[in-house]
Amino acid sequence: MIDQALPIIVATLVAGTPLIYAALGELVAERSGVLNMGVEGMMVVGAVTAFVVMMVTGSLWLAVFASMLAAMLLALMFAVLAVSFRANQIAIGLALTIFGTSLASFIGKPYIGMAIVMEPSSASMLAARIPFLGIVLSQLHPLTWLSWAFFAGVWYFLNRSRTGLILRAVGESPTSAHALGYPVNTIRYLATLFGGASAGIAGAYVSIVYTSLWTEGLIAGRGWIAVALVVFATWRPGRCFMGAYLFGGATVAQLFAQSAGIGLPSELMSALPYLVTIVVLVLISRNAALMRLNVPASLGKPFAAEG
Amino acid sequence: MRFEPRPNPSKIMVLMSPVIAIALTSLVAMVIFASAGLNPFEALLTFLTAPLADIYGLGELLIKAAPLVLIGIGLAIGFRAGIWNVGAEGQLTVGVIFSGYIALKYGPGDGMWVLPVMVLAGAIGGMAWAAIPACLRVAFNASEILVSLMLNYVASLWLSWLIFGLWRDPAGFNFPQSEPLAPAALFPTLIEDTRANISVLFALAAIFAGWLFMSRSFAGFQLKVTGLSEGAARYAGFGVRRAVWIGMLASGAAAGIAGVGEIAGPLAQIFPTASPGYGYAAIIVAFLGRLNPIGILFSGLLMALLYLAGDLAQMSLGMPSSITGLLQSTMLFFLLTTDVFIQYRIRFQSSNRQGASS
Repeated sequence: MIDQALPIIVATLVAGTPLIYAALGELVAERSGVLNMGVEGMMVVGAVTAFVVMMVTGSLWLAVFASMLAAMLLALMFAVLAVSFRANQIAIGLALTIFGTSLASFIGKPYIGMAIVMEPSSASMLAARIPFLGIVLSQLHPLTWLSWAFFAGVWYFLNRSRTGLILRAVGESPTSAHALGYPVNTIRYLATLFGGASAGIAGAYVSIVYTSLWTEGLIAGRGWIAVALVVFATWRPGRCFMGAYLFGGATVAQLFAQSAGIGLPSELMSALPYLVTIVVLVLISRNAALMRLNVPASLGKPFAAEG
Repeated sequence: MRFEPRPNPSKIMVLMSPVIAIALTSLVAMVIFASAGLNPFEALLTFLTAPLADIYGLGELLIKAAPLVLIGIGLAIGFRAGIWNVGAEGQLTVGVIFSGYIALKYGPGDGMWVLPVMVLAGAIGGMAWAAIPACLRVAFNASEILVSLMLNYVASLWLSWLIFGLWRDPAGFNFPQSEPLAPAALFPTLIEDTRANISVLFALAAIFAGWLFMSRSFAGFQLKVTGLSEGAARYAGFGVRRAVWIGMLASGAAAGIAGVGEIAGPLAQIFPTASPGYGYAAIIVAFLGRLNPIGILFSGLLMALLYLAGDLAQMSLGMPSSITGLLQSTMLFFLLTTDVFIQYRIRFQSSNRQGASS
């Protein structure tokens, strides 16, 4: 039994990892009132940057760092237009995705079909010795372990820290936050950049760890699923974390079906994450009161101090 | 130097912004050419004029511009009302599936009615696919952006399932493609010695219909008000629900017909990928054309030229053809940046800190 379940558990954890990074990053940005729909674009650019840097230097951590920087650059472009110049956030986010996707396919062209060979790290060898959990842990990349710490950090920051409280205040009522002397737009810049860096790691995880190769369409809507996940989680990190694994499970549903001996068309199985996203969005959004209660009040609305 | 909000939006900048964006994008193109070791001016000139050197090239321009303009106008109707249909690519794909069914089943029968029914089926397919996000938005308040985008992936998988299975050409050496479409299922050519076909007429009709709807009809006015202020629209009794339906169905039908134009036109066959991203490129076309039918005509032609130029750059300069997408999306970003100056102007003297340089 455990022999059958193990690959599915591992695959779910692997598929959920990029969603944890991307969705929690977007969640922080949205809690500050910034709706950045360009997650997909930032992820793609992060993925190609990480892949190229990995190919050239062979250093995983350098690659992850570079992907964060590249995606943050895109997030900065978003913030300048959307936060400083109060442009329509949906239009800019859409443009960011279209731009990121095209940029990545231009940069990545010479690398199509190349693959990264990953050696098991010494850390995972060590993890294998942990009783009971070791058997799962050792099959996961350190970036997956790190995503748990990342979640804990975001949760603590938003729910327990003073800075997190200020960030939430900015998202709920920028006017009051401004009146209390908090720099609303600076905080929104930082939150947007954080979202960018997180999307960058998420992209790096997909291209380096998950597929270990570069092709066009690699991200395949994961950035958009991350945006939907934030809505599904009603802007709460805990639900976002669990939701990421729900979607991760939908992504690897093919494995479930195979082990259960169900023969469905592979295209239908591949469509599952997108269909699940739609169903889940409908289930959450239909409850208008729940949405009103949880959505950051100033989400998507730019702020300007008058006078 | 500082930015200050203008008392009124600049009407000049509304028109100048696309021009500046195009100029800046040309600069980026020149930098790319220079870094590839080419003479930037010559390369840019060749890049933009060589595809149009003969009548065949002009036909290619029209055949690429037609779907972009058609979808662009459909999207503009929704965008004006603040309805964000980003699912045109999927709606195009379902248009291909619906019309492809007619073409494969009845095309060989050689009926005169096959083509009109294909166009109708394509429009219905696109509208049906667009009706899903519209319905979910109206009934359950689910974001039409996310739902329509997710459906792009689903539509694409649906088409590949058909082409890799039921619709695969038995004589196609196992390639993922349908049988070649029968002559009765192909659009007649419009200009001799080119591939330009009657899809160009559909685009022209869309421009006229779009203009009529947007600036001459009451429903178009209602949609515009809805986009400017949802509160005002509701106060005037213009329903947001109606705007969602009109916006989504109009763009869905346009995208579906554009899909018919692809298989009944240049492709003459059905492949797993229905279009080279026209559904996304049309978003840029709509914005660059200022959501205005005449503007969309020009921006559609320009974007089509970039497709041809990209093919040329790949063949003669050895550049990746993805340079097309890169320049198109760079243009979109420049456009949204220069659009800032519709609402803001630059003042070169700091008003509160004299002499401070910031």
